[in-house]
Amino acid sequence: MKISHEEIQKIALLSRLHIPDEKLAETEKALSDILTYVEQLEELDLTDVQPMAHAVPLYNVYREDKVVPSLDHELALSNAPEEDNGYFKVPRVVQE
Amino acid sequence: MKYETVVGLEVHTELKTKSKIFCGCTTEFGGDQNTHVCPVCLGLPGCLPVLNKKVLDYAIKVGLALHCDILGFNKFDRKNYYYPDLPKNFQTSQYDLPICLNGYLDIEVGGKTRRIRITRIHMEEDAGKLVHSGSTISTSDSSNVDYNRTGVPLLEIVSEPDMRSGEEARAYVEKLRSILKYLDVSDVRMEEGSLRCDANISVRLVGDDKLGTKTEIKNMNSLSALQKGVEYEALRQAELVDDGGQVVQETRTWDDGKGMTLSMRKKEAENDYRYFPEPDLVPLTISDEQIEDARKTLPELPDAKMARFQDEYGLSNEDSRILTALRETADYLDATVKAGADAKGAANWMLGDLSKMVNEANITFKDAPVKPEQLAKMMALITKGTISGKIAKKVLASMWDTGKDPDVIVEEQGLVQITDTGAIEALVKQVIADNPKSVEDFKSGKGKAIGFLVGQVMKASKGKANPGMVNQMLKEELSK
Repeated sequence: MKISHEEIQKIALLSRLHIPDEKLAETEKALSDILTYVEQLEELDLTDVQPMAHAVPLYNVYREDKVVPSLDHELALSNAPEEDNGYFKVPRVVQE
Repeated sequence: MKYETVVGLEVHTELKTKSKIFCGCTTEFGGDQNTHVCPVCLGLPGCLPVLNKKVLDYAIKVGLALHCDILGFNKFDRKNYYYPDLPKNFQTSQYDLPICLNGYLDIEVGGKTRRIRITRIHMEEDAGKLVHSGSTISTSDSSNVDYNRTGVPLLEIVSEPDMRSGEEARAYVEKLRSILKYLDVSDVRMEEGSLRCDANISVRLVGDDKLGTKTEIKNMNSLSALQKGVEYEALRQAELVDDGGQVVQETRTWDDGKGMTLSMRKKEAENDYRYFPEPDLVPLTISDEQIEDARKTLPELPDAKMARFQDEYGLSNEDSRILTALRETADYLDATVKAGADAKGAANWMLGDLSKMVNEANITFKDAPVKPEQLAKMMALITKGTISGKIAKKVLASMWDTGKDPDVIVEEQGLVQITDTGAIEALVKQVIADNPKSVEDFKSGKGKAIGFLVGQVMKASKGKANPGMVNQMLKEELSK
């Protein structure tokens, strides 16, 4: 299955990936090859097969509505690239 | 009217559970930033979310109350988008197999009942909160994120585009809020964000079947903002089309201060959420037995209560609607009737003096210092003739202030109605002697003059004389 330049650019935008122009052709080929490989599944007759919702045949796993202690505040923020007064600090997110 | 407004609503309501939807962090509001977080709601690698059973129970209840089909097989999906209020870069939600489908809600606007269809209800997690460093988001260099709200359980209730005005949209949310309140599954406070509402709005020529291009309006944080927002946006679109323009499909925000909707300039490609089944959560199966058990736990809902108040209590449509809007109010009336009071009389006291007091104190009937049994006792004192209706207003006010029983107040303040013939006769004679002009008027055929004289006797008795007796004795005395 062939994937277009536009589709690659859209997927890149949605995934927040920057693909330089000179890499576009290479990416296009790699993704198309993967899709073609998976396409083999279309040979199967799935007329009476229900779509699978989960890989493991397991259902209805719950927990009771009980509060357990949360992470220590400092530990919770220890992976934050930037911190400000107990908040996770992130770059401005609105787009012009 | 050339154009018709078409509105569909998406309502998000926070569920009143103790812990979050997929982890044990508390849902309590107002903790210090990032103190109600754990690896699961922060989306740290290697963690495993597990569904809070109560969220499922609540969702089934709401679905049944809104006449939905409960799906025997439903599952969670990932809704992918990048925004820092979601630490995982996806929201765990339900997509093609949500917990509920195909329900409805009846609303009444202008004396007419309209059925608003409900497309679906699904369970999902709430997002965190962004605090911007500048005064607005565009003037900020950075944002600060608090993830305490991330993972608080939400139900999203999506309606069909069945509403035709801002007033209908408001009535729908009002009714929905009332039902959620009856079910006791959410605080439903719009101003505090525990109930949020987005509106999809379009306009079309009256008689047209095809839907026009819609816009989505966010940030309407009260019932009046919702109504105004819908009305403004419909008018904006109608004017745009009238001027030969075209509505652009976009998300707009309601600015309550300016009283208008503003474009949020979101890129079209951003709205591709690439849903896929959530591999970390297993699917849910719900048996018919489970659904029937849930149905048994439903309380009597506003529509049923309203019908009963009309049938059993003989109340008007309008009165029963007001009295059933809140469960606390309806329960109060039921309790007062159970304590022996006449339903219509009790309803009148509740709609009149008591409503005023409850509203002024900014509480519900549940917390009123006058208990249903006390109201019933007070009404019995009127029936027995111990106090007049007029004095009863005074007694009720004292009951409200002191919490004391009505008979105690009547006793303490000496408010017992004067039914002693001799005492009333003396007052009547005195008033006749003091008001020769009115007596003259009455005798010369001006029947109205009797009202003034009755008033004077009541005044002289400090309101305590039995008005019926005063009336009768005055007439007797004057016709002598």
